[in-house]
Amino acid sequence: MKLDIILCGVGGQGILSIAAILGEAALERGLYMKQSEVHGMSQRGGDVQSHLRISDQPIYSDLIPESQADMIISLEPMEALRYLPYLSQNGWIVTSSTPFINIPNYPPIEDIHQRIAQIAHHHIVEIERVARENQMVKAANIILLGAASGYIKGISYQELENGISTIFARKGEAVIAMNLKALALGRALTE
Amino acid sequence: MSKLLLLADEAIAQGAIDAGISGVYAYPGTPSTEITEYIQSSIEGVGQQLHCQWSANEKTAMEGALGMSYAGKRALVCMKHVGLNVAADAFINAAMTGINGGVVVVAADDPSMHSSQNEQDSRFYGKFAMTPILEPSNQQEAYDMVRDGFDLSESCGYPVLLRITTRLAHSRAGVETGKSRKQNELHLPSRDEKRYILLPGNARVRYRALIDAQDSLMGLSACSPYNSLTIGTDRSLAIIACGIGYNYLMENFPNGAPFSILKIGQYPIAPMLIEQLADQSHHILVLEEGMPLVEEQLKGFIAQRLLIKGRLDGTLSRDGELNADKVAVALGLKKETPNSIPLVVAMRPPQLCEGCGHRDLYDALNFVLEEKKESDPRVFGDIGCYTLGALPPYRTLHTCVEMGASITMAKGAADAGLPISVAVIGDSTFTHSGMTALLDCVNENSAVTIIISDNQTTGMTGGQASSATGRLESICLGLGVEPEHVRSLVPLKKNSQQMQQIIREEIDYQGVSVIIPCRECIQTLMRKKKQNNQ
Repeated sequence: MKLDIILCGVGGQGILSIAAILGEAALERGLYMKQSEVHGMSQRGGDVQSHLRISDQPIYSDLIPESQADMIISLEPMEALRYLPYLSQNGWIVTSSTPFINIPNYPPIEDIHQRIAQIAHHHIVEIERVARENQMVKAANIILLGAASGYIKGISYQELENGISTIFARKGEAVIAMNLKALALGRALTE
Repeated sequence: MSKLLLLADEAIAQGAIDAGISGVYAYPGTPSTEITEYIQSSIEGVGQQLHCQWSANEKTAMEGALGMSYAGKRALVCMKHVGLNVAADAFINAAMTGINGGVVVVAADDPSMHSSQNEQDSRFYGKFAMTPILEPSNQQEAYDMVRDGFDLSESCGYPVLLRITTRLAHSRAGVETGKSRKQNELHLPSRDEKRYILLPGNARVRYRALIDAQDSLMGLSACSPYNSLTIGTDRSLAIIACGIGYNYLMENFPNGAPFSILKIGQYPIAPMLIEQLADQSHHILVLEEGMPLVEEQLKGFIAQRLLIKGRLDGTLSRDGELNADKVAVALGLKKETPNSIPLVVAMRPPQLCEGCGHRDLYDALNFVLEEKKESDPRVFGDIGCYTLGALPPYRTLHTCVEMGASITMAKGAADAGLPISVAVIGDSTFTHSGMTALLDCVNENSAVTIIISDNQTTGMTGGQASSATGRLESICLGLGVEPEHVRSLVPLKKNSQQMQQIIREEIDYQGVSVIIPCRECIQTLMRKKKQNNQ
């Protein structure tokens, strides 16, 4: 079993929390794991990415080789496309629909959605809207994880829930409950 | 004993704590910053059981560690690769004096310059100083090598260089930790001990000793668990893989490689291991991250019967980091062509945060420089968040070379006759290497306008404490800048007219001016507010 996921977005969107939950789930199963991240620039509105690798065999490269990523989970649509060279032929893209426009030459969002639609396996998810409607703006990233959860081969939904409970343990029951609900809402969007 | 999910940086930090260090000395620098931060937040760090405050720069860090070592206790030193340039004088001469309590110097290199000015290879410093070097290929080795590094340092009597790179430093994996041990007691060398006094008479003896030690260091490399030779069945190629290069090699052979492989994790290189590998094939591929240090050593100038392949003959790119794909191409393995990045994707470069005080400074400075554009003013920049002022929309800076260069380059250009010579430097960079530069300016009353953009933090690396917060004016006055030409202000939009006026006046003044726009970094401010609310 192997799972190679690129997590991406713009600094400050909560990508690393998603990575932490998946990592926790892998650890619970006694799997090997490597997760690489980008530091420093993430505070400055630049693009951010993390390579997450999970396997039942020892993992060598910290970086996912090109054309080998099983999934790109992205909190920003244009960023999802930036990592296309890593996506395998049958790989999935699950991305938020909402653009983060902090550059003057951001392309028309329709062009981005159109390009994503050309990829065989994709889901463009309106996580921001769902987050607002359910008063959980800070958990938009977990909604995305829920939306992607059905396509994450090898990690069960229950294991993701356990991961959330562990990662958010220090923040209290209410926060855990909100994030579990966010996960469920996201799952419902792509079921 | 426990299994933790750690970045290699964190593994090194935990390894150092478990190895019984009495202090970590460091200056923030990507990708090494997290080592010291981990120690600072550890039980031992918070409980003040060891020294873990940031140093003013890497040189003072190295020297502080040397002092702790002199007194018999173990010290860890951490820096990014260019930081070793700053620490070089102390590092190289620490190999001359030798050490007492163990010293491990971590140099975190940045191949492909993800956030650096160059991709220099710190192994060259180890070779230059003739110290042992340890180079992990994964997070577990990073942990283990710190403990072994301190043991090696104390048994051979020299500092040990531990070299990592960005992709390992900032990657997380499971690490099994070992038993921790106590710190050393204070134990000073004899009062008559001459080796710490590098007067020529003593230095010649120490240098001879260092040279003579090389054979035994090579002997240690020959039987090091971090160097391993695996004999393969396919003799068309043999491979040397150093540090993280080994990962990228094995990624391409999940079921084991057919070739003979020499994995290197400890230097100086043991010649015997190279000979044994060379017996296996006439073609040797060298996979090493950074510069072709090993490759050059093997190749020399004279053509040999061995064909050495690597970065020098185009098999691998001379510059840039390695990865599994590049290694696959070098091995001649078939690879599918990956998707290309769609044309619709635009670059998203880092920018100054909304509300950052540097923005207000650049707006005001640009306004005044536009008025004076006939004189072709130049702005010499430095290293920090404010370096982003070189990019649109500001495009204020014309140079950014290395820590502290802004002030002294501005001075040199003024010496050459540049009419308007402005330097922009941050508060941390100023205390790191700007104070001596300012002293040079004051001593010659150079016509420079120095702007210390003070956000009361070391910002780009994540908001570490700055060495002289609240004391910049007094330092400038102490160095001899005329009081009427040390101007402080708060960089806010509502103060823009006032800022422009001050900048105008000080640019017109034909002597040393220091302008200090001071406003706390909004990121550190936000974090403090969050912590207070919790």
